[in-house]
Amino acid sequence: MSTQARFPAASRLLHWLMAPMIVVMLFIGVGMAASISPRYELLVSIHRPLGIAIFVLCLARIVNRFIKPPPELPDTVPSLQRFAAKASHVVLYALMFIMPLVGWGMLSAARYPIVLYGPLRLPPILPHDLTLYAWLRNLHTDLAYLFFATFLVHFGAALFHGLIRRDGVLESMASWQ
Amino acid sequence: MSMKRFWFGAGPVGNAGVLVRLGAIGAVMLSVAGAFAYVGGWLSPVRLTQDRMMVAFQDANGIHAGFRRNHAKGVCVTGWFESSGQAAALSKAAVFRPARVPVVGRFALAGGMPFQPDAPATVRSMALRFLLPGGEEWRTGMNNIPVFPVNSARGFYEQLLASSPDPRTGKPDPIRMSAFLAAHPEAGRALSLIKKRQVTSGFANSTFNSLNAFRFVDAAGASVPVRWSTVPVQPLAADSAEPSAAGAKNYLFDDLIAQIAQHPLHWRLIVTVGQADDPTKDATLPWPAGRQQVDAGTVTIDHAASEDGGRCTDVNYDPLVLPSGIEPSDDPLLSARSAAYARSFALRAGEEHEKPPSAVSAREVQAGGNS
Repeated sequence: MSTQARFPAASRLLHWLMAPMIVVMLFIGVGMAASISPRYELLVSIHRPLGIAIFVLCLARIVNRFIKPPPELPDTVPSLQRFAAKASHVVLYALMFIMPLVGWGMLSAARYPIVLYGPLRLPPILPHDLTLYAWLRNLHTDLAYLFFATFLVHFGAALFHGLIRRDGVLESMASWQ
Repeated sequence: MSMKRFWFGAGPVGNAGVLVRLGAIGAVMLSVAGAFAYVGGWLSPVRLTQDRMMVAFQDANGIHAGFRRNHAKGVCVTGWFESSGQAAALSKAAVFRPARVPVVGRFALAGGMPFQPDAPATVRSMALRFLLPGGEEWRTGMNNIPVFPVNSARGFYEQLLASSPDPRTGKPDPIRMSAFLAAHPEAGRALSLIKKRQVTSGFANSTFNSLNAFRFVDAAGASVPVRWSTVPVQPLAADSAEPSAAGAKNYLFDDLIAQIAQHPLHWRLIVTVGQADDPTKDATLPWPAGRQQVDAGTVTIDHAASEDGGRCTDVNYDPLVLPSGIEPSDDPLLSARSAAYARSFALRAGEEHEKPPSAVSAREVQAGGNS
């Protein structure tokens, strides 16, 4: 298991920086969409800038992945698991990229000012259109559930590699040495 | 290669160990999923969520696709705000510098029934969207009552349930209403103030109040609690209870449209500055008389349009859309209103293609409000 190559340092840094941001984001999102309590305003005010921060880091991460490709999975991993790993990573990258854009786009279509902090705002990226807003608003929710489900599978698979297969895949991302 | 080794790898874990570890992984995943479900409100049937608030509106008013869940009957207006510059010392918001900004507004009647007949006692509202230079906005919804009947989202929800028609009689159950008032003494006190208000002859000579408190922040970062009102320049006239237009169903809106067609209407934007111990988180409580009042400028309304095609229709008058220089107070109703408005807005946006024409139709506005 010690023969498994590790992820490049920049990849590990980006992964562990973004992992908590994304998990927190998903919990804030599902919480604020249900909330009518005084927490709502706080959650919304975190959700917008955090989403944009994830988007910016996601761009850096895509560039980094091309410059420094991740290590291959060990040969011992069966092809079905190999396929699941590839597919889930494609979905995770796609969602990291699309979710902030859908959020930004839906606020644009509703003509909400897109406030990041204080007077700092983003310009609208879509026309003022209620039907478009309704569609994007639903898409944002559906993709969030898909994101959470994919995260959960990713998390479970990491534990599966670390605790059961013990093939060094978890350590390739999660070791400190 | 054994099946076990194929699927679970070659790690030094026995059969029993694999099962225990699989169970542990399953338990961890289930806990994370459970936490997500808890935060989303699915495990808490009594927690008041946006969805449950919308269901309460639907139970109280029926389903009216494409309309706002509250303040459903309305008309769009446009005009401008001319700042006096006098509030600029209290708030750094660009809207208070001496200048003119465009305004897109909406006059409406409280309640979720878009075709209710106009009546003097129905709460009237004025919503304004100030379009500040540089893309900032200030949105506010104000009512012609001195205080809000409840001081929490829960109170609002319970009032809505208590005032919903009983399926057997088609009328609200007085027993439920008195149970609500017993559980919410603040609502009883507020309602008696609301009943005592002067009801004027129309929208044009009504005073509209923000009800919730906000904070004005000046250029140095110091903040004061405020409430604001739009006070009509049009002369007051008590409601004659005699609808002016034949047909009467939309008499308040028809009068407003006819008046705007004759000449622009004006309201002074009066900011009331609270003192340190004035209640900011309880909208049922009036502030003591004699508080400092600042005349921030004049709102002028010179054009009316039906919601069908009007510029207010695609706008959510979310009270938390504020420019830099105006901040929310600790009033829990601000978050509640913002959250409920957002959900109402998303629902009606999705129903846009099913929406029937509004009560105040484009033809009615064109006819000068007298159709």
